[in-house]
Amino acid sequence: MSFPWAKQYQPTTEIGKFMDSRLPLPRFVYGALGAGYPTPKNLNYFYNFGVLAGVALVIQIITGVVLGMHYAADTSVAFDSVEHIMRDVNGGWMLRYMHAVGASFFFAVVYIHIFRGLYYGSYKPPREVLWMLGLVIFLLMMATAFMGYVLVWGQMSFWGAAVITGLFSALPLVGEAIQTWLLGGFSPDNATLNRFFSLHYLLPFVIFGVIILHVWSLHIPGSNNPTGLDVKSEQDTVPFHPYYTSKDFFGLGVYLIIFSAFVFFMPNSLGEPDNYIPANPLSTPAHIVPEWYFWPFYAILRAFTTDFLFIPAKLWGVIAMFASILLLFFLPWLDTSPVRSNKYRPLNRILFWVFVAVCVGLGVAGGKPAEEPWVIISQLLTAYYFAHFLIILPLVSRLEKPLPLPNSISEAVLSKFGGSTLGDGSRPGGAVAQPAE
Amino acid sequence: MASGTQAPVADNPAPQGETRRDFLYIATGATAAVGVGAVVWPLVNQMNPSADVLALASIELDLASIEEGMAIKTSWRGKPVFARHLTAAEIATANQVDVSGLRDPQSLADRTKEGNAKWLITLGVCTHLGCVPLGAGQGESRGDFGGYFCPCHGSHYDTAGRIRKGPAPLNLEVPPYVFKSATAVTIG
Repeated sequence: MSFPWAKQYQPTTEIGKFMDSRLPLPRFVYGALGAGYPTPKNLNYFYNFGVLAGVALVIQIITGVVLGMHYAADTSVAFDSVEHIMRDVNGGWMLRYMHAVGASFFFAVVYIHIFRGLYYGSYKPPREVLWMLGLVIFLLMMATAFMGYVLVWGQMSFWGAAVITGLFSALPLVGEAIQTWLLGGFSPDNATLNRFFSLHYLLPFVIFGVIILHVWSLHIPGSNNPTGLDVKSEQDTVPFHPYYTSKDFFGLGVYLIIFSAFVFFMPNSLGEPDNYIPANPLSTPAHIVPEWYFWPFYAILRAFTTDFLFIPAKLWGVIAMFASILLLFFLPWLDTSPVRSNKYRPLNRILFWVFVAVCVGLGVAGGKPAEEPWVIISQLLTAYYFAHFLIILPLVSRLEKPLPLPNSISEAVLSKFGGSTLGDGSRPGGAVAQPAE
Repeated sequence: MASGTQAPVADNPAPQGETRRDFLYIATGATAAVGVGAVVWPLVNQMNPSADVLALASIELDLASIEEGMAIKTSWRGKPVFARHLTAAEIATANQVDVSGLRDPQSLADRTKEGNAKWLITLGVCTHLGCVPLGAGQGESRGDFGGYFCPCHGSHYDTAGRIRKGPAPLNLEVPPYVFKSATAVTIG
């Protein structure tokens, strides 16, 4: 956001002046990422994860384009061409592992990014569109990651493709036609692999486009911050560069160290060993599970085991799985509390951590075989997941009495150091909580 | 002034209600919509099964080598087919079930050919999300009802391939087939 105190770009060199009056790209970058973008000064390390997600996408695009130079999307050679990359292509093993581990890290980073937004109320006005664009990116990511996993044409690839396209067959009337259309046949085969390669190449660039909109809509109101308070004065902000560029680079360094540790020392720890078996259309692996980042949704999908309300269990599972994400689009209107940050919401803060535990629990249950006690655990956790958004959150928003809010971001920051620099040194303890706006 | 071509236009009162211009507007829009549709449909339709995929041959299956209590897997349309030689006990178990209480009510007789009730031929495709159920191979789990068990989401099928437990909505599909002789079957 261009606050009144935002610095204006001043071209100094001749070429800078020449460009500024013709294509002012340097002015654009200066205003978006440079010193011309004042940012709340109290952002913590959870605010690094947007940049980390962007870097993760760039790693995927670069390694992906490179892998595409050596991969062949044909069922007769696809699996072998991946092994060819591993054994024969120079550094191919590293590029393949970077791409595979990179997908896991992309999701890990994005999950932290999402829960950061949930905790600090970053989805609340005026950032609803920012939030919804993020969900669009998340859906695109899942579609992309799914199709990428199929390309290897191992056992998990094949049966993942069969199951995920099978989701659409649950739709009444048009379901079978849609599944046949997606597969290009009656079961996953060459036509399926071929088109998934094409779409797996396309979608990351669509994601890139939506990310531009995501960042654009972030820059209109500016970043939220851990207090959830709006920026009120220049004291509340620091220029993005060099303060947050260096903080982001530090976070990126830590991220790349952990990422490298996985790529080089445990590249297969996040994957399923069965995908090292070539696809066999006549045999499903006994313990088939999707990649870990789909486990929570997988648990919701298979939590529905009986028909009710005239809807078969299969369709219920599909509806519930998609609804678990679509519900998040309505979050800004389900959480009606005017206070953004959970820092000042004592009851909701506890419920937030319960919700995190439920999501982790769904993840664990989704990775287990569909047997007791995991079926009943999945069912209870799924029920809580929906109750959290549809019942608990709207009620808490109305009933909860928030803690007193500081007057400004600066005051909140300084009060951490004893408040001695705050004039009279007292916090507005008796003040009634003010809305975030 | 001499040409007189402009004067009649200027003198005309503003047209009231619907005019030919409104019609042209709608007609142009409709033509554009048809054009867009004609372009989009081939782009969508190219993803439907191509001619080589649609050229489905039927397959011949020899049942002679399947011993009682055993099953074999074969492939038809890229999907697995299970052919099981039911034992007398399995047939009895399947016939004891109260058909009306099933999720997808069918008797064993509905699912086999007359006079060949011991041959249960079904697609090996779970009707939930399309995995291959276990139970056709030796030593595989056959679930709680002695038929097939799908490991993907825990659907249990009985000795007639009927859904008994789990998320699958329908019984294992019986493909179209005919007996050419006592042990030779044509599927498709």
